[in-house]
Amino acid sequence: MMTDTLKPRDGKDVESAVQGALAEGKSLEIAGHGSKRAIGRPAQTDLTLDLSALTGVTLYEPEELVLTARAGTPIAEIEALVASKGQQLAFEPMDYGALLGGWPGAGTVGGALAANLSGPRRIKAGAARDHFLGLTAVSGRGETFKSGGRVVKNVTGYDLCKLIAGSWGTLAAMTELTIKTLPGPETEATVAIVGLDDAAAAQAMIAAMGSSCDVSGAAHLPAAVAASLPLAHAAGGGRALTLLRLEGVAPSVAHRQAALVARVKPFGEVVTIAEASSVPLWQAVRDVLPFAASRAGAEAPLWRVSTAPTQGAALARMVTNATGASCLFDWAGGLIWISVPDARDDAAAPAVRRAVAACGGHATLIRAPAALRAAVEPFEPQDTVLAALTKRVKEGFDPKGVFNTGRMWAGV
Amino acid sequence: MSVVMPQPDAAVLARRESIVAALSAIVPGEGVIASERAMRPYESDGLTAYRALPMVVLLPETTEQVSRVLAYCHREGVKVVPRGAGTSLSGGALPLTDGVLLGMAKFNRIREIDFDNRVVVAEPGVTNLAVTQAVEHAGFYYAPDPSSQIACTIGGNVAENSGGVHCLKYGMTTNNVLGCELVLMTGEIVRIGGKHLDAGGYDLLGIITGSEGLLGVVTEITVRILKKPETARAVLVGFNRSEDAGDCVSRIIGAGIIPGGMEMMDRPAIRATEEFVHAGYPLDVEALLIVELDGPQAEVDHLIARVEAIARDCQAVTCKVSSSEQERLLFWAGRKAAFPAVGRISPDYYCMDGTIPRAKLPLVLKRIRELSEHYGLRVANVFHAGDGNLHPLILYDANKPGELDKTEEFGSEILKLCVDVGGVLTGEHGVGVEKRDLMPAMFSETDLAHQQRLKCAFDEKGLLNPGKVFPKLHRCAELGRMHVHAGRVAFPDIPRF
Repeated sequence: MMTDTLKPRDGKDVESAVQGALAEGKSLEIAGHGSKRAIGRPAQTDLTLDLSALTGVTLYEPEELVLTARAGTPIAEIEALVASKGQQLAFEPMDYGALLGGWPGAGTVGGALAANLSGPRRIKAGAARDHFLGLTAVSGRGETFKSGGRVVKNVTGYDLCKLIAGSWGTLAAMTELTIKTLPGPETEATVAIVGLDDAAAAQAMIAAMGSSCDVSGAAHLPAAVAASLPLAHAAGGGRALTLLRLEGVAPSVAHRQAALVARVKPFGEVVTIAEASSVPLWQAVRDVLPFAASRAGAEAPLWRVSTAPTQGAALARMVTNATGASCLFDWAGGLIWISVPDARDDAAAPAVRRAVAACGGHATLIRAPAALRAAVEPFEPQDTVLAALTKRVKEGFDPKGVFNTGRMWAGV
Repeated sequence: MSVVMPQPDAAVLARRESIVAALSAIVPGEGVIASERAMRPYESDGLTAYRALPMVVLLPETTEQVSRVLAYCHREGVKVVPRGAGTSLSGGALPLTDGVLLGMAKFNRIREIDFDNRVVVAEPGVTNLAVTQAVEHAGFYYAPDPSSQIACTIGGNVAENSGGVHCLKYGMTTNNVLGCELVLMTGEIVRIGGKHLDAGGYDLLGIITGSEGLLGVVTEITVRILKKPETARAVLVGFNRSEDAGDCVSRIIGAGIIPGGMEMMDRPAIRATEEFVHAGYPLDVEALLIVELDGPQAEVDHLIARVEAIARDCQAVTCKVSSSEQERLLFWAGRKAAFPAVGRISPDYYCMDGTIPRAKLPLVLKRIRELSEHYGLRVANVFHAGDGNLHPLILYDANKPGELDKTEEFGSEILKLCVDVGGVLTGEHGVGVEKRDLMPAMFSETDLAHQQRLKCAFDEKGLLNPGKVFPKLHRCAELGRMHVHAGRVAFPDIPRF
């Protein structure tokens, strides 16, 4: 569907655009590069508010650990800039490009925060929301407001940054953001256990996370999934691979690698993967390359499930037994990507929802044909009290439903 | 006391007896405290300059009681002030004379320790330190460690988004909480998150954390626990100029090192603590830095050497590395006793809490010295140097007429200065009543209205902890009103495709 697109040049333009939409009774789809557009309920909007012209880093002080950028600044540009100072975005934002059949490296900083992106390092460093220090945005009332600040420690007023992070553009159009930057690791290495089934892998990851080794990534690739990644295949000879990442200064990584190998040896055959292979391997895990659109099918249903790490294997088993789905585990078993065989007409939603209800957590249908995303609730259904509260929060920021309404849930 | 609290509701006060009777039917026996003498201990929190006796103190024991109390108060239009241990330094738990003070002290059980998922499920009245104590036998701990950790509760930590000396590396409360059970003012019970890393839906947990008891009453909290680092060592570095100390902090971070703790004290603070604790601090320096590295032995040894080299480059005049656990703790003993130490050299002190971009430290310290001379009040500065969180302690004597007012004015000037240089009003103590009227220095009316509408989504009648955080109370209906100018030229000259 073609929609009319507004492309504001600055924050003032964004405010005018929203006021204009309000005056004309029109609804807006907020977009940066549109790289995550296919996530959520397919909502009908009158106009697209394209923020991709709001670009540029306006402040970067590495020693203060802060960076301010306009919302449409490419996240790749920010990552390159901070890397030039030996820093990184510690929340390790994943790139949805491969999963959604888009270009790698697309996406804006506004989109990264609106989707609350994270990566394998979430178990240690948190998600985008944990690094979101300040924002300027235009609410659905057509008013520019700010929250937070440009310092790393701040409790002045409600932390609206947290609320806007992960709200998928349903509350406000961000125009400028301040995020925390942190030193990047000097080096990294991966300790891998070969050939474990999902349950044994969960136990191994629990043992690793319960050690002093400061593991910054813990993922499990079942055999079929590992086989699809050349680097994983090389390390495990086509068998399942349980990956444990260590990052830091070289003497520390070496010391912890020895300690971690000793710790996980009882679980099975252990191999170590040096930095040169470790970096691209974790990038593949971060971006869920085994279930890339090019491999699984551009519209093959894919779920993202967040649960307690000890529940991951059981939850996955419930779904795979019922549907023949394939899983990739991250976050020490607490994040499960579930790829459902192509032909299903319900994206295996009943099986996934049942498993989540039994094991705890929540599930999001990340990829599916639009018709399926309209028929199956992509976001976890809420109980009545929580749903009503969510709706009241939405109405506070966007009473007329101008922004992305219906993307997360009907009416929100 | 210069802060004006909301006008007490005469109609509610007139019905006090029947309200207390109704609440006594919900909260059993000694959980209802209504005599003036017995309520006296609840009249203030850690900000003792502000006091008020509540209408009644309630100490519920179950979520169901909390729910019924709030539902009753919602129906009857009675205000409610939640309270943990009452250690707030910003007056967040200051009672209202026409309100219920809802003490959460009886929610004092740890419900579950789950080492495999590395979480503890605790009731809000459990103290911060008790969480660590419950798991330390297995080598775990709870990272946020506000100085009041012996007394302050985990529920209060959630309300205030408490920090501590380790939050540069390990985060504040908000980065260490995974779930909660929350009772809304209507009495409705909501569960948010759990043992998984993200709650799904809007990040309400992120909003509740740091909401200063204005959005709901938390009755259960799930926090993350971490494995204790293998070892920790501290370096004590003295400088002749605070600029050098600030420079040293920047260069440590610039070198890619995030210490477990990085604290700075100025000359008056060093002197007061050394005389009190005898930690071996050098007395002839302008600024003292404690840098603590934690992690595996190999990492700590490696980084300590780098920190020492950076310190030497930054004109350090003294540099001492702890050679034993005992010595490390001694280095910290001084810093941790800084507040009581200052309390020894002055009848009263007033602790401020602003955050500044660290590069502005020399400027801010110079300006504080000027203000100190202007007001004729001494100041000692304690600084969480890594994250720019400054705690100036203003020394005063409450018995001298007018001195408290002068102190508060001085404090306000310091906080406005923090905002002027690009910082914020509060880094970890909260707004409460203390900084409520300074909020316009940082936020416009529109900014505050967006925050207050969030309050309306949780507490439409504005009954939960009113008079805190926001300088002006607005009715939700008034905040919700929207003026749309139909017929105006839309999208005047925005590029269109």
